[in-house]
Amino acid sequence: MSRIGSAFREAEGPLFIGYTVAGDPDPAASVRIAGTLLDAGADILEMGVPFSDPVADGPVIQRAGIRALRAGTTPAGVFRMVREIREVTDKPIVLLTYYNPVYRRGLSWFYSEAAAAGVDGILVVDLPLEEANHARECAQENGLDQILLAAPTTGDARLARIVDAASGFLYLVSRTGVTGAREDLPEDLRGLIGRVKARGSVPVAVGFGISRPAHVRACAAAGADAVIVGSGIVGLVERHLADPPALQEAICAYIRQMKGAVRAR
Amino acid sequence: MTGSRGSPTGSKARYGRFGGRYVPETLMEALIRLDEAFTRAMADPAFQQDLSDHLTHYAGRPTPLTFCPNLSRSLGCRIYLKREDLLHGGAHKLNNTLGQALLARSMGKHRIIAETGAGQHGVATAIAGARLGIPVEVYMGETDIHRQALNVSRMRLLGAKVIPVASGTRTLKDAVNEALRDWVERVEDTYYLLGSVVGPHPYPLMVRTFQSVIGEEARRQVLEREGRLPDAILACVGGGSNAIGIFHRFLEDDVRLIGVEAGGEGLATGMHGASLCAGSPGVLHGALSYLLQDEDGQVSETHSIAAGLDYPGVGPELAHLRESGRMEAVSVTDRAAEEAFSLLARTEGIVPALESAHAIAHLVEIAGDLDRDSIVVVNLSGRGDKDVETTVSVPQGTGGSR
Ligand SMILES: Cc1ncc(COP(=O)(O)O)c(C=O)c1O
Repeated sequence: MSRIGSAFREAEGPLFIGYTVAGDPDPAASVRIAGTLLDAGADILEMGVPFSDPVADGPVIQRAGIRALRAGTTPAGVFRMVREIREVTDKPIVLLTYYNPVYRRGLSWFYSEAAAAGVDGILVVDLPLEEANHARECAQENGLDQILLAAPTTGDARLARIVDAASGFLYLVSRTGVTGAREDLPEDLRGLIGRVKARGSVPVAVGFGISRPAHVRACAAAGADAVIVGSGIVGLVERHLADPPALQEAICAYIRQMKGAVRAR
Repeated sequence: MTGSRGSPTGSKARYGRFGGRYVPETLMEALIRLDEAFTRAMADPAFQQDLSDHLTHYAGRPTPLTFCPNLSRSLGCRIYLKREDLLHGGAHKLNNTLGQALLARSMGKHRIIAETGAGQHGVATAIAGARLGIPVEVYMGETDIHRQALNVSRMRLLGAKVIPVASGTRTLKDAVNEALRDWVERVEDTYYLLGSVVGPHPYPLMVRTFQSVIGEEARRQVLEREGRLPDAILACVGGGSNAIGIFHRFLEDDVRLIGVEAGGEGLATGMHGASLCAGSPGVLHGALSYLLQDEDGQVSETHSIAAGLDYPGVGPELAHLRESGRMEAVSVTDRAAEEAFSLLARTEGIVPALESAHAIAHLVEIAGDLDRDSIVVVNLSGRGDKDVETTVSVPQGTGGSR
């Protein structure tokens, strides 16, 4: 069973998936930040591969991508970072990327390098099911989970096909829109998760806009198997760019708070 | 043939290996519904009649095919211009925006968003929105807002909201990014009116279909005037909508099709927008096509004096036509385009858009290789009022000199 599969099987409550942009603000600091996330209790680490044109991302993650690219981050560099992180953790590591960096270097290269570095799953933001056949084959050949997205706009027929094809977990986008912290979660979250659950047993991880303990509690109550927190963490990185110890402290406190909400279900 | 039906409800998404739908999941169902609505509209005589009436009585179609006696004499071939500069709004863009705005209305959408580079597509969208009573918001890079100020004023006058884009290179690419982000957020009530044959399926097919009227007319007109097909057709290529618009009807004919890209400061400098000439296959804005990018797949910064050509991608159908050898792709520099801009103004009394001036510039370059009785049609995709400020540095002729 994959690391991701085991993590969900052994979970007692919803898992906490922490997202950070690989290479933000620079490769060495990024590895330290990932370590902090894991030490502070993230159950799965999700690392974003920075891309010049991140159309699914809001301003916070856009700026993180710019910092990472300015620091010279490349896919090969991301794999080096994953190798370092893999040395100190057995938790699942998932890459979140746009398609062009994968396509440009070649899917075979990207997936085999990722697997060799210790990645467990790959999610390609702009590769919907209809375009994902080759990627899914590459994932399978390399023992990786190809994580798929579902959204509130996904119709029932496609949702059934996506759930069928999903491996590892299903990334359920909580709302229409780009990434970024929000005040509220959508009201019909329970119904949305229910629609997925009615079509299969793949674990459901809810992301986009989840930045507060109350959001985490709501996701847990609505039946989510995991919550994904991105902009909340990336925003802390941005706020404490000049002060690594303060950043470490802030991340630990934030995750403790968010994890606390997961447990208190 | 590209573009044939691929399924009962949808149309074909690929041109050779290019095209596709590379978008976040949130947009997928909207694209499928758009494809269905488009396919229905194409088969609906009432929609076709409505569009045709708008094109004829509002937009000013057919546009003339103008013979250029002076330029023909000095370059040594028979030169015709397809006068999209005379279309209402001043560019070919209105063919597409009227078609899509009618589609938006038939889909019950109450808000239209668009991206613009040169501002011509923004203006054309604002015109269509005003005409059909649908509010329009246009994303435009800050760099382009400065260099195409006239069109910003026109959009505002037409009641559109212009939203400045400060991210990335602050040009067309980033305006598309912001429009896509807006659409992801408000996909339920918003129609994204894309301005060229780029983006995810069905946009390349849809925009080509609405722009094909250019070539339909040009083919008829040149046959009427000359009794035969032209030897070559030239068009500038940004995303490729005016090019495919005039080329499409000639694909099965024995006619050279030449797409002219933005050579900027020269291909060797890296400061250009010549995706077909200097790019490689990649995925941007929802389609697999040619792309200016680095070896890790990061999209390159581009440069062109013509805002409408200042874009790192190109339509997937053009990538396919180029790869299959049906279309030639070339580039001309900023400098050559500026010279062609004033050349056409002084020889024929027509001020072309800087975008269109690229096609003229390439004609100047190849004219020496053409026979005197060769017939060449240049798609004059737009007029140049918007560019008069940008080109004041170009040497101006003194009365009557050529
Ligand atoms: C007059 C004119 N020609 C050409 C273009 C380039 O677009 P396309 O290649 O889609 O025709 C533009 C874009 O703004 C334009 O305004």
